[in-house]
Amino acid sequence: MVTELLFSPASPLILGGLVLPLVRVNLRLAPLLALPVLALLMIWQLPDGPGPVADFLGLQLQPVRADALSKLFATVFAIMAFGGALFALNQRNTQELSAALVYAGASIGAVFAGDLVTLFIYWEVMAIASSMVVWSAGAAARAAGLRYISIHLLGGVLLMAGIAGEVATTRSTAFDRMQPDSISRALILAGFLVNAGTVPISAWLPDAYPRASWSGMVFLSAFTTKTAVYVLIRGFPGTEFLVWIGLAMVFYGIIYAILENDMRRILAYSIVNQVGFMVTGVGIGTEMALNGAASHAFTHIIYKALLLMSAGSVLLMTGKQKCSDLGGLFRTMPLTTVCGIIGALSISSFPLTSGFISKSMISQGAADEHMATVWLLLAAASAGVFLHAGIKFPWFVFFQKDSRLRPHDPPWNMRAAMVLFSALCIGLGIAPSYLYALLPNPVEFVPYTATHVVFQLQLLLFSGLAFFLMLGWLKRTLTITLDVDWVWRKAGVWLLAAADRAADATGKFVAQWMLLAARTFSGRLFEHHGPEGVFGRTWRTGSMAFWMTLMLGAYLLLSYAA
Amino acid sequence: MATRKQTGSGQADDHWLVRQETIRWLWIGSAIGLTFLVALDLIVEHHPYFDIDGWFGFGAWFGFIACVALIGFARLLGVFLKRPDDYYGD
Repeated sequence: MVTELLFSPASPLILGGLVLPLVRVNLRLAPLLALPVLALLMIWQLPDGPGPVADFLGLQLQPVRADALSKLFATVFAIMAFGGALFALNQRNTQELSAALVYAGASIGAVFAGDLVTLFIYWEVMAIASSMVVWSAGAAARAAGLRYISIHLLGGVLLMAGIAGEVATTRSTAFDRMQPDSISRALILAGFLVNAGTVPISAWLPDAYPRASWSGMVFLSAFTTKTAVYVLIRGFPGTEFLVWIGLAMVFYGIIYAILENDMRRILAYSIVNQVGFMVTGVGIGTEMALNGAASHAFTHIIYKALLLMSAGSVLLMTGKQKCSDLGGLFRTMPLTTVCGIIGALSISSFPLTSGFISKSMISQGAADEHMATVWLLLAAASAGVFLHAGIKFPWFVFFQKDSRLRPHDPPWNMRAAMVLFSALCIGLGIAPSYLYALLPNPVEFVPYTATHVVFQLQLLLFSGLAFFLMLGWLKRTLTITLDVDWVWRKAGVWLLAAADRAADATGKFVAQWMLLAARTFSGRLFEHHGPEGVFGRTWRTGSMAFWMTLMLGAYLLLSYAA
Repeated sequence: MATRKQTGSGQADDHWLVRQETIRWLWIGSAIGLTFLVALDLIVEHHPYFDIDGWFGFGAWFGFIACVALIGFARLLGVFLKRPDDYYGD
């Protein structure tokens, strides 16, 4: 068991993360960059098929099981760990880097988990490590981190309950394709959906992620939600209601991002939106749609990290993240602007970028299944993505008005990370066959046809026209938008305060009542036993002698009578 | 959207990209580009999956209407759900 775990591709990053605090800050560069590369090499050395089985507490565990799907996700997680580490080299907070490495490693462990118990263990390690990443940002992130971990522990409880039920009924820990046809499997699905950021409890994501540091959110954007997409593809492909859940996430993300002022929260809503596309693909469930969901997870990790690196650079160099405080930064941050735009074009599925070659497959999956409504909604959503992330983010951060801020591009390592991920976005867009070769199902899809390119360009550019024509309605205000987390952040607090007041009032009432009772009792006591009381006062000697004589006389009489 | 196509460094307040003149030309260029893009539907043979997506300029008008509807709906929702950003006390 220990040997299998040691040779898992998860271990370099997890162990490296644990040892990192012992490494001097100026010696960190080599291990931070080498560990993800080592993990990547180990991923591709793994033979396909079930790995060795270990016995643990009477359960059959399979710590490492490799196939195309798990290797695809593990590969992009390792690439992400590399890019994220490069970007975060000048992050002075060791706790964040250490937690981020463990977090990345655990996500690789989760996608290789061959059984539900191993999956659960990595799942929980991810929850703890990611919360540490959030908390590393300091006091401002404390409350949000607490809310974040509460939701993830709740998700973990649902998952654990489901796994326990599944093991009890089937006597098997195997993690394979299933249907939500029993309570335990429905609980497993619910646990997965919590991490995917599914509506209606998606609020944890835009609440917590934007509180992380400039580098922390880059890591956070990648692993939790995409591990959830992986387990949905593996466990619940073709579960129809996922189509509608996914579409709800897609539109939730767009609407909330349109209303948002914080640049990193715009991108957080956009994560929910993008994961929505993937969940829809899982729900459609055909080979084409599942390929689409898997490849979209791959490309999304890279372009979303790129967008957040660009936003993180702005945050680091200006200390600001509200659109209303930003604008005009293209003058002095040209590289950050260009990289941000490449990320924005990729997320919008612009031809020649990575998003175009992945998202199209999900739409194609819907078209192949003759799901007209789903296809039309996906097309409308594609236009909406360009609106809320593709134009809104770069426009309000880098152009818009002149904020008079004149920050420079960030240090070399951050620029290098952005250039690397920009190159990947464009490279995958130009040469999709490299990604298609990694997909779980054979690919018979040609993204670059004249009709498809023209359709997509029309959709996106006219969406852009709508943006600029309606700019007045999109003007940023110093506001947030209420979400479901209002229930526990406001209503819950009110409820607690009300309960507190009720308890307070009850306590006061009981105390007063007891005080009254005690006073009455002591009053009576005083009355009878006090200096003037019947039992307490001094008696005259004559009357005492009289009563004694009377009692003795009575005693004498009685003894005679007896 | 065309305003994002180029970046450059220049004078602080009078960058060529933000001059009224440039913006006017960007609008004219965009208008020509968009018209050309819709006109491409005359040449490119579409293979519609359904019925509606075969209509002329489908991508263009559908994308435009979808975005106007999304912005309109977001604005309506904002009336009820927007709060000052210190609403939660942070």
